[in-house]
Amino acid sequence: MFYTVKDLIEQSHDYPSIADLMITVEAENTGRSKDKIRSLMERNLEAMEHSVKQGIAGVKSVTGLTGGDAKRMDAYIDDGDFLSGKPILEAVRNAIAVNEVNAKMGLICATPTAGSAGVLAGVLMAVRDRLKMTRDEQVDFLFVAGAFGLAIANNSSIAGAEGGCQAEVGSASAMAAAALVCAKGGTADQAGYAVAITLQNMMGLICDPVAGLVEVPCVKRNALGSSQAMISADMALAGIKNVIPVDEVVEAMHRVGQQMPSIFKETAEGGLATTPTALKLKKEIFGD
Amino acid sequence: MKDLRFNSVFDIIGPVMVGPSSSHTAGAARIGKVVRSIFGEEPERITIDLYESFAKTYRGHGTDVAIVGGLLGMEPDDERLADSLKIAYDKGIKVAFVPKSDKVDHPNTTKITMVKGDRKLTVTGVSIGGGNIQISEINGFKISLSMGTPTYITIHQDVAGMIAKVTDVFSSRDINIGTMTVTRESKGEKAIMIIEVDDRKDHEEILKKLKSLKNMDNVTFFE
Repeated sequence: MFYTVKDLIEQSHDYPSIADLMITVEAENTGRSKDKIRSLMERNLEAMEHSVKQGIAGVKSVTGLTGGDAKRMDAYIDDGDFLSGKPILEAVRNAIAVNEVNAKMGLICATPTAGSAGVLAGVLMAVRDRLKMTRDEQVDFLFVAGAFGLAIANNSSIAGAEGGCQAEVGSASAMAAAALVCAKGGTADQAGYAVAITLQNMMGLICDPVAGLVEVPCVKRNALGSSQAMISADMALAGIKNVIPVDEVVEAMHRVGQQMPSIFKETAEGGLATTPTALKLKKEIFGD
Repeated sequence: MKDLRFNSVFDIIGPVMVGPSSSHTAGAARIGKVVRSIFGEEPERITIDLYESFAKTYRGHGTDVAIVGGLLGMEPDDERLADSLKIAYDKGIKVAFVPKSDKVDHPNTTKITMVKGDRKLTVTGVSIGGGNIQISEINGFKISLSMGTPTYITIHQDVAGMIAKVTDVFSSRDINIGTMTVTRESKGEKAIMIIEVDDRKDHEEILKKLKSLKNMDNVTFFE
């Protein structure tokens, strides 16, 4: 087992890939066969594919606060006239799709949480054809993301109620960035830099859900979290390093999470949740 | 090996679940499911105390719906979760939610009391993120159950020799017991054993064997 990102990177040198290390560790920890572990992960991949497709087709949440934006983004991409790049916009569209499905109490795969489920599925579905990834390579992508996610979770947090949104969308974006680096043929060290670059930019992000719902601003934070994963991965692949070592960034995020007042940790008592519009919406939805 | 909060890649990638929140919906449903298994039968009355973030945002996240779904035996990916309150109502189960202002150790905490006839059980569960949970208290006894390791929960009559019979089933298969909690509702009534083991092998045969023991009411296995 690895405890830190540094452990993970060092131990991965003894295996063909980070995904292989993760599957070996999982087999040791759980007593499950490697085939069983891969098939469980493939089931997660299928749920991700399904939620992306469903969201792009167009959904509406129970409250009506969110829904329809993935469809809007899809039409915009189809028009072909945009500012940034197509892969990034597709990742954004996919991430919105998953979180819109989540908000309507549809079926999603939490990565690492439901509120941040759009990021990883979003980027994977945006790059898999471009990178000509086989089915097995797509499953590997999820194991790599999970490996980095475990190292973050065990040294910090992945719950908004414990660490704010940095712990959720921040962690999701960092995991996704690392997996993207590996899928594009980068090194384990570069994946580590991508994690560091992402987390240090997400640091301090609060969790302030309007009316306590996983809708506003969660859907858009997933969208931008996915775009950041793509850009952090490109930065690391370009050879850009990070001054603060990745495990120190993780530790700093943990400290920031502990120091963060509880009004910013999924209690809907601060930030966007207490704006006049949010309070009005809360009253309309719940009647008090 | 260090004591880690997260040991499995599926703690991070997964679960596949009904939205919108892994901690407030999936974790809440899992707590409900475990509490139901510990109780071992359908309750007549349920009181659900909610603390901190659970208390403040439970309606928006469907925490109420999810806990009750779990208490009815549903998994976090069960699409009937959204209708659990109605299902409980139709079954005549009385459910009360009580948001509490007391400080507790973890922000996503719920204390669930189930009652059927003279039987009463109170369990405290914590949702630690990503759908992962811990059980921290049963009937006032502090415990620490991560539910991340293979776990058997038995409900049986409080009579002499039950512990020996149950542990024998594991030792005869060379399975090591990591932790074990034994508690009871009152002397000579129903008792509960929660057994965390190091190996999930043979769990189907073990379940069958445990259920066939005299004075055993119910056994559940959690992967």
